[in-house]
Amino acid sequence: MKVTILDYGAGNVPSVERALQRLGADSLRTSSPGSFSNAEALLLPGVGHIAALVRALDEQHLRAPLVDAVHRGIPFLGICLGLQVLFESSEEAPHLHGLNLFPGRISALPSNVKLPHMGWNQVAVQRESQLLAGISPSAYFYFAHSYGALDLNGHASATSTHGAEFAAVVEQKNIFAVQFHPEKSGDPGARILQNFLRLAA
Amino acid sequence: MSLAHRIIPCLDTDGERVVKGVNFLALRDAGDPVALAAQYNAEGADELVVLDIAASRDRRPTFLQTIRRVAAELTIPLTAGGGIRTLEDARAVVRAGADKITVNTAAVERHELISQLSREFGAQAVVLAIDAKRADDYWDVMVRGGRESAHLDALVWAQRGVALGAGEILLTSVDRDGTQIGFDIALTAAISTQVSVPVIASGGAKTPQHFVDIFEQGAADAALAASIFHDGIQPVRALKEFLSARGVEVRLPC
Repeated sequence: MKVTILDYGAGNVPSVERALQRLGADSLRTSSPGSFSNAEALLLPGVGHIAALVRALDEQHLRAPLVDAVHRGIPFLGICLGLQVLFESSEEAPHLHGLNLFPGRISALPSNVKLPHMGWNQVAVQRESQLLAGISPSAYFYFAHSYGALDLNGHASATSTHGAEFAAVVEQKNIFAVQFHPEKSGDPGARILQNFLRLAA
Repeated sequence: MSLAHRIIPCLDTDGERVVKGVNFLALRDAGDPVALAAQYNAEGADELVVLDIAASRDRRPTFLQTIRRVAAELTIPLTAGGGIRTLEDARAVVRAGADKITVNTAAVERHELISQLSREFGAQAVVLAIDAKRADDYWDVMVRGGRESAHLDALVWAQRGVALGAGEILLTSVDRDGTQIGFDIALTAAISTQVSVPVIASGGAKTPQHFVDIFEQGAADAALAASIFHDGIQPVRALKEFLSARGVEVRLPC
């Protein structure tokens, strides 16, 4: 299995590469639109400001090939901003458009709690999840974000709560995404990546 | 279900070795950073901090190599810092494998550095390290490894740092550092209850009860320690089991 990692210039790419390597998967970093069409699996990591990710997708002409590859059924895993960008838009950069693969808007977490939501939190499983298969319901995952999918719209297979409930795991057909960082979440995080690799194989 | 309190071992490194001082002085060798990183990762540490405390800039390439080697061992987040003066310094540290960058003296001297880092890497990657020392009726910010006063109120500086884009505060009590008489609860509570970002308490830890106290009375979101972990006085796993038994929410690895 070779995972094609969209390297848009920011993000947590080296740690994702290392995590995949530990699981025996090869990965290929790319920012070239042409390399998506034949990918076995696509992974979009992301940290920082969502505007940087959206602008990079547009300036590097990655948006259309990415959406096309996902529509053709290539297994896709989004991490952190890679989850948020799947929605219509984000309060963090209201004038920019997300990939619109899921309905709804990304919103700021409420300010009655400390932000960023930084550290280890648990998730509440909402329905059967392929990504969470074999993982203890009490497992902790590492989060580092201030925005989230608060409009749940029923597509979250697991949620987490920090001031408000938000989507921690979304999965629909070949599209998988997590708000936390599996590459930084110890053994349960490795299991998430392993489950994705199995689903993609 | 809520956010767990974090336990963070800190590796102060000089070149290829971990060192530890008392009150920022009297450094001694405390081990191999790569071996310690692997051990803490396995024992259930929630993050790791690696700081370059070498006096000389000549040692910088060695520090970056240490970050690379440490990052390769970890399945938890890594924060690195010490001597980061410019955006380019920070990029080198992030490229070497750090998830977050900590800045201290350079940010006091040039506030703009915090905004630059926050714009480039996001607030979640910018940790403002503040070394605070008790003055009459406030805490003074100390710079240059805790040796010089910046003539700045630590609370004012913490709030300013958050406004500039810091996503976390690493708050070290210069008075308590290395003393093992307990965290500075008054200092930590004073800052942590007045800023909107997580605060990591540092300096003075020895017993598991010190950690209970800093979470319950000091309002700390995370607690950092060094020598008690390096010297085997307090294994990370046993500490977390103690905290859990006392009702403090922590992540217990399976």
